[in-house]
Formats: sequence, structure tokens, C-alpha cells
Amino acid sequence: MKEDVVICRCEDITYGEIVDAVRGGLTTTEEIKRILRCGMGPCQGRTCSRLIVRIISQETGVPVAEVRFPVVRPPSRPVEIGVMAAGGPPDGNPSGGEYDAD
Amino acid sequence: MRTSADCVIIGGGVVGTAIAYYLAKRGMTDCVIVEADYLSSGATGRCGGGIRQQWSTEANTRLAIESVRLFAGLEDELDADIEFLQGGYLVLAYTEEDEEQFKKNVELQRGLGLDVQILSPADINEKVVPELNVEGVRMATYCAQDASANPFLTTQAYADAARRLGVSIELFTPVTKILTERGRVAGVETARGTIRAPLVVNAAGSHSVPIAATAGIDLPITPYRREILVTEPLERFFHPMIISFSFGIYFRQVKHGAVIGGYGDPAEPPGFNETSSLKFLRTMSWKLSHLMPRLNNVKVVRQWAGLYDMTPDAQPILGELDELPGFFQANGFSGHGFMICPKVAVLLAQAITGEEPDLDIERLSARRFTDGRITQDRSVV
Repeated sequence: MKEDVVICRCEDITYGEIVDAVRGGLTTTEEIKRILRCGMGPCQGRTCSRLIVRIISQETGVPVAEVRFPVVRPPSRPVEIGVMAAGGPPDGNPSGGEYDAD
Repeated sequence: MRTSADCVIIGGGVVGTAIAYYLAKRGMTDCVIVEADYLSSGATGRCGGGIRQQWSTEANTRLAIESVRLFAGLEDELDADIEFLQGGYLVLAYTEEDEEQFKKNVELQRGLGLDVQILSPADINEKVVPELNVEGVRMATYCAQDASANPFLTTQAYADAARRLGVSIELFTPVTKILTERGRVAGVETARGTIRAPLVVNAAGSHSVPIAATAGIDLPITPYRREILVTEPLERFFHPMIISFSFGIYFRQVKHGAVIGGYGDPAEPPGFNETSSLKFLRTMSWKLSHLMPRLNNVKVVRQWAGLYDMTPDAQPILGELDELPGFFQANGFSGHGFMICPKVAVLLAQAITGEEPDLDIERLSARRFTDGRITQDRSVV
């Protein structure tokens, strides 16, 4: 029953999946995020991170205060591409140059 | 933690974990991976996940073709989902120089058996990506067998498979010193103790430089920040990775539905800067909005940055160093390590275990920087 409780609402990740991940060796929020996608959705972990920290603490015995939170990345809330694109590229030059990545 | 091993691999990115796996598969199971943070916490986990075979030199094209062949069998071999998808790569030409170079590339690539098409702007919309704005595009090359995969899942899959074969993985264990003895490598000193080993592989991306420096070795690698962003998920509306060297962009739609992409700012100063910038968010949004107008109403949920470990010829440094026998390099991938990783890792495992590598990696040894045998690939991005 508890296993089916959804912890990450953006990506539909359950309590059971997170416990399995921690028991499988993913003992930080960063690792769990990269494998299960918790914290990668629209809320960017604002809902689930604290819950995941508690699950990690519970499973590993590491005090909550010592469990690392995931890095918070911009933008602070999702923003439309059209909004950021308005006004053209900031330096007026759409080309990034010669060694542009993939 | 073990205090000795046959081989220590520094770096838990895709390159380090893959080398460990292929070493163990060859019977060298007494290996330890030491990772300063967590798996794929460095360049691997920050990359776009593209797997391209369209290169401009024969050697690089062969390496890429072999890597795709290995990637295609990896989910079965490692018994894991890595989100491998052969969605193709569409390379857009905006300039005359692009066009001339691409025609030469296609001739070479076809000669090596790669199925590459030359597409007119109208063909692009009709055959590959209906919604792409082709304004200003002169032509494109398209290889449907080019691919992509999830870098986190690939690294985790290699790591899990290596562990099953007996490899140990020590996370949160930064290397503080390369140990040497009588002119040979003798192991590593880490923040959690010493591991003695006659073979050490330096696969730590840009951090390979300070690590090698502890043994007095100066690697010609310079770190540069590269930024990237990801949108909310959308129902799939295009398949290939779309890139352009002259327009400066790469982007694709991942399995989960999000569009992920970036570009390199040529004005970026060197350094270990992994912060995100507003300039990138604005410029990248403008580029995406221009090329794919439907993205205007789509939200960016996150942006981040990673480091390219650039060498003077933008090609990796592979193999044993003359000045320190037993000390192997697998670094300097210059932004395309993930895509060539499987074959590179096999070749290094062959070199480390004393087999003859089945493709030439001597051309990528550190020796090329001192004896002047550098060849440039024009498709390095």
C-alpha cells in the first residue's frame, strides 16, 4: 500500500521505487534524480526533494541534516521559449560560432 | 575499500565505467573505479546524448560506426534500458563552405558504408522534419542510423554490469595523488586511503589535468563551459538530432518527450565554470524559436552546464604515456566522448590487457602533440 504512494508527482515516481533505488545503492538525491527522474519535472523537485531526503535518511541512517539536497537550477519557474526569445539573441548574433556542440 | 588492485580507473563517467566493464569482460576483474562524486556527475551526465557517425575523417568515421554498432547491442549485452534510439542526425548547412565540406564528407562516409543522404530544404520538410523552419538553409545531410541514448542510464548500465563481473566502485572518493615508483605508475592516493595498482586509467574529463599534474605530467587539455537546457515533455514530433556548425545549435527530442539542446559560445573563456547564464537561456530560446516556431509556447524547465575537455585538435588522448608506463589516458574527448565511448573503451581495454587494438588508437596517443602528427577533423563541434 505505502509502496504505491506517489512521491514525485511530476514524473509519477512512487515511494516503493525510491526505496528500491536507495537499497540498490543510490544514496543521494542527485543520483536518484538522474536514474528515476524525480525532480526533473515542472516543479523541479520543490515537492518531492524533502520527502526523498527523508526516505534516504530512513534507509541509510544518515541524519536528514546531512543528506545533500539536489542542486537548484534556473529558471526558478518554467518559462516559455517565446518569452525568452522575444527581442532576439542578446548579442545580436544568432550564430554561436564554429565549434558548436553535440 | 580495497588497498590493491590490478587496475584503478579514475572517473565514474561513461568512459571510466565502460573501460572497467570491457576490462572485466576480458578477465581483468580486479579493477576499482574511483569517482570523486557520484556516477555520471561530470561531463557525461551533462551532455546531450547524441551519437553521430557523420565525421569528416576516415578514422573518426570508422570509430563512430563501430560505436553505433556496439550501442545497438548494448541493451541486450548489459541487460538494461539505455533509451537507445536511432532517430538519425540532420546536419544543416547555412554557408557555401558548409556545403562544400558536407559534399566531401558524404563521399567519404558512403565509401565506409554509411547510408547518408543529401537533402534539399524541401526534402527536409517532406522527408524528415515537417516543422523545421528551413529559411537560410542551403542543404542538409541526414543519416537515419545516427542515434542517441540516455547518458545516465548508459553509465549506470556499464557500472552495474562491471560490478556483476567483480569490479568495485568507490563513489565520493576523490583522487589526491598519482603514485609512482621507479619510473612506473604504482597506484593512487585518495581522500579515503591508498590503492596500489600497476595500471591506472585517467578518465576524469577536465579533472584529468590536475590529477596527472600530481605526477608531474602536463596534459594539453583546457576546460570550457558548455550550456544546455531542457523543456517540458511533448508528444513526439521529430526524430533526429538536428545540428548546425554554422548556425550553432544541436537539439533533439528525448524518449520522455522533452526537447534538449544547446550551443557553444565561442567567446566562452576557459575555466572550471559550471554555472548557468541568462545569455544562454535567451540565445538558445531565440535559436529554438527560429528553427521550430511551435516551441514558442513550450516551457523551459531547467538549464545547466558542463565542461568540454578540449585538446588542441579536439580529439581525445588515448593510451599509455611514454613518460609514465602503466599510466593510461582516456580524456580530452572535447565534447564528443559519449558518442564514441563504447569503441574507445574496447580499444583501451585491449591496449591495457596487452591485446592488439583492432582499430588504430596510436594516432590518438599523447605522442601526437610532440611529434607533430595532428590531423584536424572538420566535423568537430
